[in-house]
Amino acid sequence: MLLVGVVVVSAGIGPVHVGPIAVAKVFANAIAVPAGVRMEATALAAPWHAVEWYAPFGYDVDPLYSTIVLQVRLPRIAAGASVGFALAAAGTVMQGLFRNPMADPSIIGVSSGASVGAVAAIVAPVALPFGLGLRASAFVGALVAAVVVYAIATEGGRTPVATLLLAGVAVQTFLGSVTSYLILRSGDSIEEVTYWLMGHLDASRIEEALITGGISFALVVVLYLYAEDLNALLLGETDARSVGVEVEWTKRILLAASSIITGAAVAISGVIGFVGLIVPHALRLIVGPDHRILLPTSALAGASFLVAADTLARSGPAELPVGIVTAAVGAPFFLYLLRKREVSEL
Amino acid sequence: MIDIDGLCVDRSGVRVLADVSLSVADGEFVALVGPNGAGKSTLLGAVGGHLSRAAGSVAVDGDEVGSLSARALARRVATVPQETNFGFDFSVRDVVEMGRHPYRSRFSGDDPDGAAAVERALDRTRTTQFADRSVASLSGGEKQRVLLARALAQSVPTLLLDEPTASLDINHQVRTLDLVAGLEETVVAAIHDLDLAARYCDRVVLLADGSVQAVGTPRAVFTADRLERVFGVDVTVGENPATGTVTVTPTAGVSLGSESD
Repeated sequence: MLLVGVVVVSAGIGPVHVGPIAVAKVFANAIAVPAGVRMEATALAAPWHAVEWYAPFGYDVDPLYSTIVLQVRLPRIAAGASVGFALAAAGTVMQGLFRNPMADPSIIGVSSGASVGAVAAIVAPVALPFGLGLRASAFVGALVAAVVVYAIATEGGRTPVATLLLAGVAVQTFLGSVTSYLILRSGDSIEEVTYWLMGHLDASRIEEALITGGISFALVVVLYLYAEDLNALLLGETDARSVGVEVEWTKRILLAASSIITGAAVAISGVIGFVGLIVPHALRLIVGPDHRILLPTSALAGASFLVAADTLARSGPAELPVGIVTAAVGAPFFLYLLRKREVSEL
Repeated sequence: MIDIDGLCVDRSGVRVLADVSLSVADGEFVALVGPNGAGKSTLLGAVGGHLSRAAGSVAVDGDEVGSLSARALARRVATVPQETNFGFDFSVRDVVEMGRHPYRSRFSGDDPDGAAAVERALDRTRTTQFADRSVASLSGGEKQRVLLARALAQSVPTLLLDEPTASLDINHQVRTLDLVAGLEETVVAAIHDLDLAARYCDRVVLLADGSVQAVGTPRAVFTADRLERVFGVDVTVGENPATGTVTVTPTAGVSLGSESD
């Protein structure tokens, strides 16, 4: 509900103001349901063209508003919601898995790997194999980094989270130096590189946002099935095993799913800090540590938070990368929560 | 029922359990005693399926522990760890309900006997009155009872307890062991306090340097000679006038230096 409200309000804010009612009407008009299938000769070759769509709503709105809302703002809002959903969900899982509230989605090197991939794609696109684009290159970089960290930290079929954490830090540092080197060599494209690294949502097409959103949603459903195992893991691996959790298998599933989610998010948005750290943390203070509740609420709150932050980023006098806004808004809020909790516990 | 045969366990290249064989019958309460580093926790860990073995077999109710899935094993054996870090703010009931994990289906979450098992476990450990409090707010003794409640909620025939009384005051030590001794479940517990082991347990297993030194009733195992050799300290073995059970008192002439003899 909060997410829907934030999306409607956000779609109305911008250089051209569109009232929330008008936004709601634009969205309603855009709803189309498949009404039937035309029986034509081409139906077999291209079945999707044969579907007849029926739009149940026909509100009278200014076509200019329609264009602004659906063509200009919606892709960006969809990107914000998808990325926020993904980062907050992955952050929740990483914090639980590492039993550390300071863990975030990039803890096992995913974001650093994505940065190397993306910067390489910008600086030296010809050097990439298979003609990978920027997004694909960032995604591949993210997954390669995660797999390398996992492999380094695994010995004899076991992956202690403490080792995973340290391997993640080391690989992040290494990848950071690779990124720095690539930046030095970037020449004219340095502005594009810096912009990507800061995190942004404006370059996304709606198809890209939907791919990230779809991947994230599907994997969050998988993660949700492991919510109870993650609860047990919070008490430690020995405890989790003694209540019947297949510890190593569960860790593998959780790490893989959250790395893919994070990679899919970072690929379209660049590195947006703090969402995956602060949103799960804030929600844990509100709804408690039970992942059956925490995971879905945190993912939805992450989506709302990032859409709101991006609205703020693009409605100022000069448009800012959203990564700057999330950090600038997030850090003080995080400190506030920290203080408040300490005070109430003492 | 537990059957251990020729068990060897290595840790970082050092043999910490060497050729341990032991059988525990249904309903028995067996204490593992011995000096620090004797291998008591390791032995419990091997039965609980927490570590890999160099050699030997460990069977619970007739099936090799290594051949059972974590879920299947958790329906037969429950472990009460020495220490659990309750860094996150779960309620007591949440923690006890985790004991039902091996019975809940991943997709539907169904567990028809769950609610009753949780209530019974809370009741048996007298933790019902703080069921809705945060575990982080409890004292050491209360946390210990919550972990015992979680193990009871698992509805298993065999419980493994690692130092269940180590962090408790004398009142809670006695209350906890009274409770454990009254259970119909098979219990294997690592216990430091020899007097408490003698008072509550049917049999004791004396471990030292990773191997079994003696097994039997407390009265048979706790002889002054044997305890002096194993612990490296002079002891007097007597009878506790209040309980009528064996009592072991370390006396003067502590000779830590002769430990390696």
